[in-house]
Amino acid sequence: MAGKAWRSAIQNLLRQWGFSFNDMEKTKAQELSQVVGVMMRESPQPRTFIRGMQTVTLIPGDGIGPEISSSVMKIFEASKAPIQWEERNVTAIQGPGGKWMIPPDAKESMDRNKIGLKGPLKTPIAAGHPSMNLLLRKTFDLYANVRPCVSIEGYKTPYTDVDLVTIRENTEGEYSGIEHVIVDGVVQSIKLITEQASQRIADYAFEYARNNQRASVTAVHKANIMRMSDGLFLRKCREAAEKHKDVKFTEMYLDTVCLNMVQDPTQFDVLVMPNLYGDILSDLCAGLIGGLGVTPSGNIGANGVAIFESVHGTAPDIAGKDMANPTALLLSAVMMLRHMGLHGHAKKIETACFDTIRDKKVTSTSKRQTFISFESSDNCAFCTLRFSQKTWVGTQSVPNSRMQYAKECKTWSKN
Amino acid sequence: MAAVFRRSLGAVVKDLYSLQWQQLASRPLSLSANVCGPEAAPARADATFKVTMVPGDGVGPELMTAVKEVFKAGDVPVEFEEFHLSEVQNMATEEKLDEVLNSMKTNRVAMKGKIHTPMEFKGELASFEMRLRRKLDLFANVVHVNSLPGYSTRHNNLDLVIIREQTEGEYSSLEHESVTGVIECLKIITRVKSRRIAKFAFDYATKKGRNKVTAVHKANIMKLGDGLFLQSCAEIAQLYPKIKYETIIIDNCCMQLVQNPYQFDVLVMPNLYGNIIDNLAAGLVGGAGVVPGESYSAEYAVFETGARHPFAQAVGRNIANPTAMLLSAANMLRHLSLEYHSQMVSDAVKRVIKQGKVRTRDLGGYSTTGDFVRAVVENLRHRSVY
Repeated sequence: MAGKAWRSAIQNLLRQWGFSFNDMEKTKAQELSQVVGVMMRESPQPRTFIRGMQTVTLIPGDGIGPEISSSVMKIFEASKAPIQWEERNVTAIQGPGGKWMIPPDAKESMDRNKIGLKGPLKTPIAAGHPSMNLLLRKTFDLYANVRPCVSIEGYKTPYTDVDLVTIRENTEGEYSGIEHVIVDGVVQSIKLITEQASQRIADYAFEYARNNQRASVTAVHKANIMRMSDGLFLRKCREAAEKHKDVKFTEMYLDTVCLNMVQDPTQFDVLVMPNLYGDILSDLCAGLIGGLGVTPSGNIGANGVAIFESVHGTAPDIAGKDMANPTALLLSAVMMLRHMGLHGHAKKIETACFDTIRDKKVTSTSKRQTFISFESSDNCAFCTLRFSQKTWVGTQSVPNSRMQYAKECKTWSKN
Repeated sequence: MAAVFRRSLGAVVKDLYSLQWQQLASRPLSLSANVCGPEAAPARADATFKVTMVPGDGVGPELMTAVKEVFKAGDVPVEFEEFHLSEVQNMATEEKLDEVLNSMKTNRVAMKGKIHTPMEFKGELASFEMRLRRKLDLFANVVHVNSLPGYSTRHNNLDLVIIREQTEGEYSSLEHESVTGVIECLKIITRVKSRRIAKFAFDYATKKGRNKVTAVHKANIMKLGDGLFLQSCAEIAQLYPKIKYETIIIDNCCMQLVQNPYQFDVLVMPNLYGNIIDNLAAGLVGGAGVVPGESYSAEYAVFETGARHPFAQAVGRNIANPTAMLLSAANMLRHLSLEYHSQMVSDAVKRVIKQGKVRTRDLGGYSTTGDFVRAVVENLRHRSVY
């Protein structure tokens, strides 16, 4: 009798710590889906529970970055999530040898914690150094950019029931930055596709699909035009598909995907693609659900490093005015919780966020006036919409964009 | 009795023919929306225009049959010279390509389906379609995206023009494997071609009375390449002070197109972005079956669908939507200055779609291609001569 009680006590303790030792516990595997890279296979998953509080590097960023980061910290505190934040600033400094790099304490903190949350970073135009996002990407070898696009219930767009994930190769492709002026007036840009990078991203895509119970992976390419380069990418995807026979694999041309995406986005599940197409398609999908202001995003790196970020810009004109909407950063933080395995907390915070958006209940001061901004992630063009809570009720798509367009029309007719 | 009847019949026919002959002689044969003002095609003595036709692959042949049927029913004075060029069916050789080019040199106007590019890498980096485009120097692709009256989508009343540079950019077909496992693909942007397409875009905007031209680019990443494109567009924009000029980054543009497409008017861009945005915009108004497109060079004009897909899964099943090809044929007739016939064909097609009784599968109906064509033929308000 006592032995049985003793054993069940031990079982409970072990269950709490996340170890599953018999098949009944395996039903919880449904909940234990996570955004996980291949690296997680090597280290056992429940290490976070054992330590208790998990430390996460927080990079507030510029512009509205500090405000939305502080609101995210407040929300996490209120929900009692076991996260400890370590704030670091990344500014480009010139290391020995003239190479631009991020401050060593930020690098050391990330390497130690392995998980990071990043706000929007500003890229000064004529600073002489490459963009901050590029520096971070190079430093931690962030090879995969994952953007899940799920329709938000409280925020109506013309596209409903969107539920897809775009996985984009983040290191090479068209963004290799290699350009030459051959003759005056003729410029060539080089698009680089390597076997190793394509294989890495294809394997990651299938791992992700498997871990998150996704039914199919679609490779997006343009191999009819760029026969060798996209042909190589496609070959690697096909090889990865052979290794993961439990996930369905299809391939589709980029223009077909665009055509079908705007007509019926429900037919897509996980999309994997090289850099440029990924950039365009992930922003397209973000537009389907409501813009960059509500889209989470995560970058997975080679050594188990994962940085989750909000992809909108710094919006310097509303910084400090208590007007920013932290939804994007919050949803990215939720994605981070899922990656770490804290599904309960993730669900709690996500539900609270969606409820707030749906019911317009004001829970924190930073949400009094909502704001959605969408701009390209490198800060070159941005459009802000401001609207009070009233206009958000019962309206569809993005109402104030029409008002802005109408305003612009008035200015055109004056010319 | 019969002789009298025959004589009067002959007189009537002669009258009608002379009327047409007069019309042809008086109206100048100007080709629309062309930058350099090419020489007009010689007026034909038999009053029919000869047009090169390349049906292509997939549903191309079916769509071309639809066009021919409608033209026959409408008594349109156009005669087609067909060439079956197809890479997947191994019917494409250099000689055939030369035949098509020769025919184009005389006729100057063509209707084309999509020549599909097979996936296997056969040792030729440029597909047949690309080669045709380069040899004819069809540098501008214009897709006029118009919402169809009577068919509502998520965005209604759209009216955009997408102008895409078609000969260079990412489609240069210059690829090589420098080291095993590393492939480089070159994207070429030249000032001359960028200026040419920008000038075309602004001329088109001026001619059609458009207010704004937006250049689409990714110059924050590809600073030199797209930077050169932007620079050329900005230089040309200064020559047209009445037209507003803006720039937008491609990913922001895609996002805006799905959230608020009404802010765009004329879009001009290099090759790959054009492919993406063409298809995106076609999807916004109803798919690849409803948007016509045309390609222009300084001397030639080729009319085809806007979103180019061979749609091989519909071959033989009689379900393809001929709207795009029929509207493109109407554009071709306008280009040949056959205004009356052009209006007749496009009105008939639009009336059928507005009535909504006969709709092909991609628009949500159950009719076949044949049904649709028959409905269009019935709606043609043309009484043939007996």
